[in-house]
Amino acid sequence: MAKSLLLISRQAPWSGPGAREALDIVLAGGAFDLPIGLLFLDDGVFQLAAGQHAKVVQQKDLAANLQALPMFGVDELFVCADSAAERGLAVDALALDDLKVLGAADIAALIDRYDQVITL
Amino acid sequence: MAAVLLTGSVMKFAIALFSAAHAPSSRRALLFAQSALAAGHEIVRLFFYQDGVYNAANSVVTPQDEQDLPQQWRAFVSEHQLDGVVCIAAALRRGVLNEEEAQRYQRSAASVEAPWALSGLGQLHDAIQDADRLICFGGA
Repeated sequence: MAKSLLLISRQAPWSGPGAREALDIVLAGGAFDLPIGLLFLDDGVFQLAAGQHAKVVQQKDLAANLQALPMFGVDELFVCADSAAERGLAVDALALDDLKVLGAADIAALIDRYDQVITL
Repeated sequence: MAAVLLTGSVMKFAIALFSAAHAPSSRRALLFAQSALAAGHEIVRLFFYQDGVYNAANSVVTPQDEQDLPQQWRAFVSEHQLDGVVCIAAALRRGVLNEEEAQRYQRSAASVEAPWALSGLGQLHDAIQDADRLICFGGA
């Protein structure tokens, strides 16, 4: 059986190529049909903020890539409730469907469930 | 300390490095890799991603009284004939090219050569599947 991978994405979308490169690992894993999960944590939750205007900060929009996740077979999508709350983001208004909202204890259990973890 | 950590059964490690050559985490990655082999373990692949690609650049010039990490990586990978992969997309973005890519994009300098190979993210996933443990250095 294929080993599962959890990617914990912790960087804001406009802080450099980090968030995009983290997502690329997930999309590549999905393309290979691997069991893969994606958790948005800390500043990573900013990737999910609705109504971003990437062009204004001369950036490429990450939203289209995020929307591609289900098409790549990645449907284990999680967001940290505390990270969102600390940054004033309402978890019911995030820019990605089918996100599971997790508290701190759930996140510990989630990490435990995966064979390998990458934090970026 | 690493030797104590690694006693017991033989393990297959995949090692991912995300930080630049001057970062302490890149030095720790090399020390871990050296300790793993010294303790009899196997390294299925080194995968350099994000700023980790700079560790494979032969254009890095280190002051004489500092450790030349790219040179140390190169010697280590060559000596043990390890599979050292540099993510091609991350490398291109940062101007770290091999001869083939320099020609393809008409750039004047190539700074990656053997023992390193430029390849895609599939090589990371492949290594993760192959290894007992994935060990990451320099992530966020």
